[in-house]
Parts: sequence; C-alpha cells; structure tokens
Amino acid sequence: MIARSRMAVVTGAALVTLIALIGLASCKRETPPAQSSGALANEPQTALADARPAPSVPTRFGTIGRRATDAEIHAWNIDVNASGDGLPAGRGTYARGATLFAAQCAPCHGSHGEGIPPFPKLIGREPRDGFPFGREAKYAKTIGNYWPYATTVYDYINRAMPFPAPGSLHPDDVYSLVAFLLAENEIVDRRTVIDARALRNIRMPAHDRFVVDNRVGGHVFR
Amino acid sequence: MSDETRVSRRALLTGAALTAGGVLLERLPLGATPAGPASIDPSTVPGTATTATSARSPFENPARTPAGILTGPAYSPIQEFSGTITPNDLVFERHHGGVAIIDPKQYKLLIHGLVDRSMVFTLEDLKRFPSVSRVHFIECSGNGRNGYREAKPGHTPQMIDGLTSNGEWTGVPLSLVLREVGVKKSATWFLAEGGDAAKLSRSIPIEKAWDDALLVYAFNGEPLRPANGYPMRLLLPGFEANTCVKWLRRIKLVDQPNMSRDETAKYTDPLPDGTARQFSFVMDAKSIITRPSAPSRIQRGWHEISGLAWTGRGKIVRVDVSTDGGKQWFAAELQEPILSKAHTRFRLMWEWDGRSATLMSRAVDETGYVQPSFAEFEAGRGPGTDFHFNHIRSWIVRPDGVIEYGVGV
Repeated sequence: MIARSRMAVVTGAALVTLIALIGLASCKRETPPAQSSGALANEPQTALADARPAPSVPTRFGTIGRRATDAEIHAWNIDVNASGDGLPAGRGTYARGATLFAAQCAPCHGSHGEGIPPFPKLIGREPRDGFPFGREAKYAKTIGNYWPYATTVYDYINRAMPFPAPGSLHPDDVYSLVAFLLAENEIVDRRTVIDARALRNIRMPAHDRFVVDNRVGGHVFR
Repeated sequence: MSDETRVSRRALLTGAALTAGGVLLERLPLGATPAGPASIDPSTVPGTATTATSARSPFENPARTPAGILTGPAYSPIQEFSGTITPNDLVFERHHGGVAIIDPKQYKLLIHGLVDRSMVFTLEDLKRFPSVSRVHFIECSGNGRNGYREAKPGHTPQMIDGLTSNGEWTGVPLSLVLREVGVKKSATWFLAEGGDAAKLSRSIPIEKAWDDALLVYAFNGEPLRPANGYPMRLLLPGFEANTCVKWLRRIKLVDQPNMSRDETAKYTDPLPDGTARQFSFVMDAKSIITRPSAPSRIQRGWHEISGLAWTGRGKIVRVDVSTDGGKQWFAAELQEPILSKAHTRFRLMWEWDGRSATLMSRAVDETGYVQPSFAEFEAGRGPGTDFHFNHIRSWIVRPDGVIEYGVGV
C-alpha cells in the first residue's frame, strides 16, 4: 500500500491517488498526535504511515461497572436449583395450598389443575406406566408425569406465579401450593408438611427420564 | 423570515414548488393534493411530505399473527420477506409473561455467584465495552410444531416456520464482561435470568460464554424493540431462542445447571425410547421454501423457487430442491455472503408444466448434516416429540395451481 502510493506520487500517473493523499494529509493535521509507542516511533514517517495499531486493552478494564451491594444481590438472587440451594425458611400445608390454588391458580389452570388452554395442565399421572411422550402426542405433560425435581416446582411458582402478580407469594404460600400440587399428583400424601428439607428428599416420577443432548452434527441424524 | 417561508412565497408566486428544497406541505398552492393509494397518476401531482419515521407502502400489510398474546408466539410473515434480514417490527415474538417495558436509565445487570467480584453494570456501562456486530438467526425451538404435530394443508410458511428471525445484532461479547467480574474455575454453567414477569431463567454451559455469546442492545441498527428484549438481551448464536434471555437482569455463575422449568418441564424433547432429551441447545440445519407456497395459486410457466436455510452449527453449504417429492434433487443457488448461524437465501428457477408437483428443500450444513425427511424425523424422534422440528417441508402443487402444505410428506 505504501509502496504503491509512493510510486503514484513519483510518477504522477494516478491522479485519484494523489487526491486521496492530499485528503489524508489534511486529515493528519487535524488529528491529535498519536501516542509514541516503542518500535513504531523509529519507522519512517510517510503520509500513509500515521495510523498506528490500536492501543492494546487490558484483560480487565477495572473502571466499567461497580461492585454489587449485598442488598442488590439479595433482592434478585431468587433462584432455587435442583439440589434445593436457595430454598428459604418456611413451611406449607395441603389445606392452605388448596385454598390458595382455588383463589389464585384455578382461573387459569382449572379447579382440578386440568388446565384451561393456553394454560397448562398441572395435575395428572397418566399414563401410569412408562414415559411414552415421544411415541404418543396424546398425553399432557404435568408436574406428576414430566417434572423431574420437586425443588424447582418451588422455584417456578415463586418466580413466575400467579400470572397476574408474580413474586407476590410469601414462602409459606409457595410451600403450601407445592404441597397441594404434589399431593394432587399422588407424590406425597395430604398430611405431608412441605419445607426445604422435604422438597430435597422427594424423588419425582420423571426423575430418571432426562438424558443430555447427544446430537453433534455430521452425517448421523439423532 | 426563514428561508423556508421565502422559498414558499416564491413557490406560490412562480409555481416552482417542486424545484425548491424544504417546501412544507401546508404551504403548497391550494388544490395540490398529495398522492394517496389508488390515486391519479403520481407523476402529475406532488407526493407526500417527509415524515419522522417511514411507514410501509399502503399496498403492503405484512403482519405477525396472532396479536394480543401474553404468553405464546406471534409468527413472523416469512413468505413476505426478500433476502435474509428480518424487518425490526416483524421479528417473531414469544413471551412467557408479556412484554416488559424497561426504562434504560433504570436498567442494570447483576453478575454474581462463582465470581471474584459481584458487579452491577448499567446500560451505559455495557456500551463502554468493545462492541461487535454480527448477523445471526434466532429461532424458537418450538418452531415447526404447526408443520408436524398440528399440521394442516392451509398452513402458510408463517404458521409453519415463522418463529425464526435474522439480522444484525450489536452488543458486547459476554466473555469480556465476565473477565471484568473474574470467573472462578469452579463455575461450569451460568444462569441467565430476565427481568420480565416470567423472570425466565436458563442454565447455559460456561463454554458458550467464552465462545460466541453476546449481550446485545441493538438489532439492525437501532435499539432492540421491547418485544425482543429492550434494553438488553442475551444472544447465544445457534442456540434455541428461549436461551437468549430477553430483558436480561442477572447472570449467576454456578457449578451445576439449575434444572429450571424451561429446561425440564418445557424445552425438552421426548423421544420414542422413553427418555426426554435435555439441554438440546443447538438448532440443527433446516430449510423451507417460502415462495411459491400456500395459500397461493400459480400459473404454468417459469417460477423462482425461493426460501431460507439455516443451521446453528455454522454455515449452510448446500440446499437441494426437488419438485417431484424427493425423487430428483437440484442444487439451488445460494445467495452470498453465506454467514455462520444465519439465514441463507436459496433460489432455483422452475418451469411448471401444469401437473401435480411436490416442492421440497433439503439443507446441508458444514458439519455434513443433512436435513432429514419427514419419515426419518418421525422414526427418530417420534410423533409426540415436542421441539426441534427440522424435517423437510413440502408444498403440494395441485393441477389447478393451488398450493397446500404437504402434511406428513
């Protein structure tokens, strides 16, 4: 590039190039002097050699963003994982859950958790045997037949329900709704008090059904 | 007296309004009516005035459907698009708790968990990082359910595959932001969570963060539309769109996946062997002919068969087109540039002879993956499978020229 433009200046044959050089020279006058940096400082200065490599940037800028406060983390750190990390103190009962469900959940999910489309069915163990959801489309997926962890039932209700007012439920309310839904799905009995420890110890019917993706591209369809 | 007023007076006097720049509509001579739809010869009257934002031609009315859905999809009219870029106002929508409206001045992103420093970034903070712009598709993994489990002859490309959109995203590589907080070696996944009513959360392997994950704030040159995550969303190129969490407010570095609702009860793929495939992030190669397609009726003679192909595993290398239901295949022309994890436009000229025809397209990606036939897909995944429907799509051309979706073909 530099060699070619020098030749153009020398021969005067490339008028367009000359105009471009004049343009660049005038730009150069308006540009603040580039930072002197090592090896490049000894390079011969020509009209097109004034653009230096961009300065290297640090791995960490250190001046963008700020430390989070404990209060900020506490307010948003709502997730409960499969192991039950994040479950709060509190406890819930079937009776309280049934009352809450009728008032706050049944309008969308039906009084028996049967689902009012487009809102999903929540309660039901059919089919009793196997896990035929891939072979047949007729079975609705519920908490009883398709949800692999009791702990994350708490997580989902707590973060997203009830639909018109997500996040409005007290931990005891959420535990109670989980107690109701697990009992209606015949996973615990109605006398079971649900708290963090209870949820960690429940093994859901669909627990062993999930397998990690084995598709990798290539010629084989999976 | 402003220049405009002077020009306008002179225009009124001389009738030279159309030669003067900056003429305001209300200062035109009386009786001059802007041209409207189905108006008189537009070369004989002044056109309409400048506007703050462009409206479409009154003769064009592309629309997503259905509208008014709080938790569900609105399909993009892909049969009405040319090229590969989706117009911003027609990008598909899928929400789980409605569209969150977020004040960018109030926006903040919290990154915590297995990090050296828990940090908060404002939108302005994130825009100070080095930005990148990349063209990628984003596709709901439920896209294609209407062509498989709920197939109907009258389905259009919009109803079958309208949950995919493509364009130029601008943002900051997540890897740069993670270097700022310092990720501990024990962090193997990260949880991404939205600030919408669903507080949608997904667990993502940390490798994707170091690879090509972006925190994006713009699409096709302007800030994201609220329906697509304004002011900030996660973009995981090639991954199912549910993982590209909109209205992103929190990233938590963790040492195990959370097993949240949308990676267990939903967005898993039940298989015929009695299991359900989980963390099926990547969208496999897929294509659909968008023209001609239902519900059009074609005449005999030459037609351009045109459509879109894409793969979450890199570039599309070939698209084959058949007009006889897959007995013979022809190599379609691919529009350059072919970009990785982006929609690719394909074309093939075809002379219809008036006999029944079945139009199909078959995409091949750079890993050698070939888009499966309907039969192969159904055998492998089962009739009840629930996501990642990427079998070959067919259009049946009847002898009268009417085109229908090929259910189960």
